[in-house]
Amino acid sequence: MDFNLTDDRRMLADTLSRFIQDQYTIESRNEAANSAIGYSQDLWSQYAELGVIGALFDEENGGFGGKGFDLAVVFENLGRGLVCEPFLDNAILAGGTLAAAGNDAQKAIIEDIIAGSKTATFAHFEPRSRYSLQKVETTAVATDDGWTLNGAKAVVRFIDTADYVIVSARTSNGVNDKDGISLFLLDTASVNLNVNSYNTVAGGRAGEVTLNNLTVSKDALIGEVGQAHDVLEKVVGAGIVALCAEALGVMEAAKEQTVDYIQTRKQFGVPIGKFQALQHRMADILIEIEQVRSAVINAAAALEKEDRVERERALSAAKYTVGHVGQKIAEETIQIHGGIGMAWELPLGHYAKRLVMIDHELGDEDYHLGRYISLGKTLSPTSDQ
Amino acid sequence: MDLNFTSSELAFRDEVRAFLDTKLPKRLSEMVRNGQRLSKADQEEWHAILNEKGWLANHWPKEHGGTGWTAVEKFIFENECALAHAPRVLPFGLSMLGPVLIKYGNDQQKSYWLPRILNGQDWWCQGYSEPGAGSDLAALKTTAVRDGDDYIINGQKTWTTQGQHANMIFCLVRTSKEGKKQEGISFILVDMTTPGIEVRPIKTIDGGFEVNEVFFSDVRVPAENLVGEENKGWTCAKYLLTYERTNIAGVGFSVAALEKLKAIAADQQANEGRLIDDPQFAARLAKVEIELENMKTTNLRVIAAVAGGGVPGAESSMLKVKGTEIRQEITSLTRRAVGSYALPYNPPAFEEGFNGPHIGPDYAAPTAKSYFNNRKLSIFGGSNEIQKNIISKMILGL
Ligand SMILES: Cc1cc2nc3c(=O)[nH]c(=O)nc-3n(C[C@H](O)[C@H](O)[C@H](O)COP(=O)(O)OP(=O)(O)OC[C@H]3O[C@@H](n4cnc5c(N)ncnc54)[C@H](O)[C@@H]3O)c2cc1C
Repeated sequence: MDFNLTDDRRMLADTLSRFIQDQYTIESRNEAANSAIGYSQDLWSQYAELGVIGALFDEENGGFGGKGFDLAVVFENLGRGLVCEPFLDNAILAGGTLAAAGNDAQKAIIEDIIAGSKTATFAHFEPRSRYSLQKVETTAVATDDGWTLNGAKAVVRFIDTADYVIVSARTSNGVNDKDGISLFLLDTASVNLNVNSYNTVAGGRAGEVTLNNLTVSKDALIGEVGQAHDVLEKVVGAGIVALCAEALGVMEAAKEQTVDYIQTRKQFGVPIGKFQALQHRMADILIEIEQVRSAVINAAAALEKEDRVERERALSAAKYTVGHVGQKIAEETIQIHGGIGMAWELPLGHYAKRLVMIDHELGDEDYHLGRYISLGKTLSPTSDQ
Repeated sequence: MDLNFTSSELAFRDEVRAFLDTKLPKRLSEMVRNGQRLSKADQEEWHAILNEKGWLANHWPKEHGGTGWTAVEKFIFENECALAHAPRVLPFGLSMLGPVLIKYGNDQQKSYWLPRILNGQDWWCQGYSEPGAGSDLAALKTTAVRDGDDYIINGQKTWTTQGQHANMIFCLVRTSKEGKKQEGISFILVDMTTPGIEVRPIKTIDGGFEVNEVFFSDVRVPAENLVGEENKGWTCAKYLLTYERTNIAGVGFSVAALEKLKAIAADQQANEGRLIDDPQFAARLAKVEIELENMKTTNLRVIAAVAGGGVPGAESSMLKVKGTEIRQEITSLTRRAVGSYALPYNPPAFEEGFNGPHIGPDYAAPTAKSYFNNRKLSIFGGSNEIQKNIISKMILGL
C-alpha cells in the first residue's frame, strides 16, 4: 500500500498549483467567471500549453494520463484556485464520451480539445430528469439520411462558446429505461440550436437548449444505437471523481482561509481562534476534510475497476460524502467568519458557493445516498434479487 | 393547558385574514411570493396600509399608537401576514427604536419621533456594529464629543442594513473612555443628511446590496437627540437587542416558506416519482416540519411567560438560535429541491414585473440566492454563538 503520488503526478500538481497561484487573483477569477462567456479563453490556452488538459486523457487518445488519480490531482488543484475554466464538461464529460465511444473521425476532435483550440460540452440532463442517468425524454427518430431530434436539455455548461455538443436522446424504449438511449455529436456552427444562456451562481456560463425538429446526419451518432447508458455511466463516473477532488481542494482552501482569519480577527481582546467553541468546529472541519480526502482516494482508485457495483458504490459514496460535508463546510466557514463571511469582496464566500453548487451537479447527496443503497442491495445476503 | 385559540382569538384571526384579503396589494404579495426585490417605495406602501388600519406598531402600547395586542394576537397577526406573503415590516424603526424610545426616551422625543415612524416620515437604520466591534459590541470606537448644544461624531459603522434608504440612523457611540467599556456608551439619533456622513454599499455573496458602511467625520448632532442619559446607552442597546432577537425567530416566515417548499417538492420529479415522495427528501421535510411545530409552541411559551406583553430576557436567545436554524434549513431544502436549476443566476427574475423567460421552473430563480443570503440570520442580531454564550451564562449559570 502506498498513498504517495507518482513522480509524474507530483510534478503535474506542482506546476499546476504554481500556475494557478501566479495567474489568479479573486478579482480576475470573478471577472472571468461572471463574464459573458464565463471563463478566460486566454488562461484556457495556457492550460493547454502546460499540458493540463492532456493529463485528463490516456495515451491512446493523445493524452498522458486519464486515470482516476490523474483527474484527482488536477481537479484538487483547480478547486484550490476556484478555477472556472471548462475542464469538467469539455474535457471529462464531452471529451470522455468521444474517447469512450467515438469512431476515429469523432475521436480526432479530442486532439483539438487537448490543444485548447476547440471546446465541446455535454447535454444529457433534462428539465425533468433531475440527476437521473437513464431518464431521457428527448427523442431521436431515424430518417432516410440521419436523425431528427426533439426535446430539451438543462443547464448545459459553456454552451455559448462550445464548438461541439454531445446530446443524449431516446431512440427506443420508455422514458426511464436504461436501454434505448443514444448519443449524438453536433457541430454547433452547423446546426440550428435554440439556446437561452446565462451565468451561474458560482461562476461559469450555461444554457437551456431546445431541440426542435433538429435534423442531423447519420454520422452524428456516437457508438451503438440505444446502448449509451453504459457510456454515460462511465463518463459521469469520471466526472464524479473530478468534482469530488475539486470539492476537496475548495474545502482545503476554505479551511485555510478560515484558520488564518480567526487567528487575526480579535474580539473581546483576543483572537477569536482562542474561543474553544470555534476551535472545536475547526477541528470538526479538519476531520471531515480528511474523510473527504479518503473518499476521493477510494473513488479515484475505483474508477478503473471492472466490477460495476464496487466501482459505482465507491463513486456514489464519494459524491454523497462531498455533498454532505461540502454544505457543512460552506456554512461553517461563513459563520465562523461572522459578517465579513457574507461579503462579496472576500474570496471565502465564492469558495462556499462553489462547494454548495457542486452538490447540484452530477447528483446530490440524497441522490447518491439512494443510489449507494440500491446498488448495495445486490450485495446484501438478505437480498431477494 | 389549552393549545386551542379562544373564540375571540379565532375571531381576531378572521379579522386579520379579511384585512389581508382586501388590503394587501396583489402586486406586493406576488413579489414576496416570487422572492423579488422590494424597493423602498414598495415597503413604504405596505407600511402605510398597515398604519392606516392602526396595525403597524404591533409591539407598542396603545397610548403611543400601537395595537396593545397580546402575545397570542401578535403571533396570529405575524403568522397570517407571512402566510399571505405580505412584505415584512421593517424592524429598525418599529421593533427596535420604537420600544427604546417608549422606555427610555423623554416626552418630547416620544411625541416627536414615534409618530414619524408610524407615518413613514423617517426611515431608520441601525448603527451598532463597527469593523472592530461586532460580537464585542461594547468595544465600539465611534466617538461623540460634547460641543455646546451639539455632539460631534467621528468614526465608522458597518453592516448597516438598508442604510442606503434611511434618512435616520440610531447609533451607539462612545462618550467616555473611563471605567468599564460598557459604561462609556451613549445612544443617539442622527440625521443621515447631516454633512460629514458618507454611505458606501457592501455587496454580499448573493450579489445583493442591502448592507453598507457608514462613515462619520465631524458630524454635528443636536444634544437633544441623545436617548436616555449620557454613558447609559448600553442599557438601551441591550433592551433593543432582546426585541431584535425575538423577531428574528420568524416562525411565520418559516411556516410560509415551508408551505412553498412543499409545493415545489410536489412539482419536482425524482426517481420516477415526485420529490416529495422520495424517502430521503421526505425525511428531511418531515424533520424540519416537526422542528417548526415544536418551535411554534416554544415561541408562544416564551412570549406568554412575560407578563404584560413585554419582552423575554435570555430566553429570547433560544428563539433566535432555533428559529434561525429552522429558517436556514428550509431555504437550504428549497435550494436542494430544484436540483440543477439552483445553478442559473438570473438577476432580472429578482425584479418586479419579470415575466420570463424563466430558466427551469418559475420558482427556481431565487432559491440559491435566498439560501446564501439567509446565512446572515445566524450571524446578525448577535451571532448564534453569542446567543449560546448568553444561554450558558444567564440560564445555566455557567
Ligand atoms: C447581512 C447583515 C446585516 C447586518 N445588519 C446590521 C445592521 O443593520 N446594523 C448593525 O449594527 N449591524 C448589522 N450587522 C452586523 C452583525 O450584527 C454582526 O455581523 C454580528 O454581530 C457579528 O459581528 P462580526 O461580524 O464582527 O463577527 P465577529 O464578532 O468577528 O465574529 C466572528 C465569529 O466569531 C464568533 N465569536 C465571536 N465571539 C465569540 C465568543 N466569545 N465565543 C464564541 N464565538 C465567538 C462569532 O459567533 C462569529 O462566528 C449585520 C450583519 C450582516 C451579515
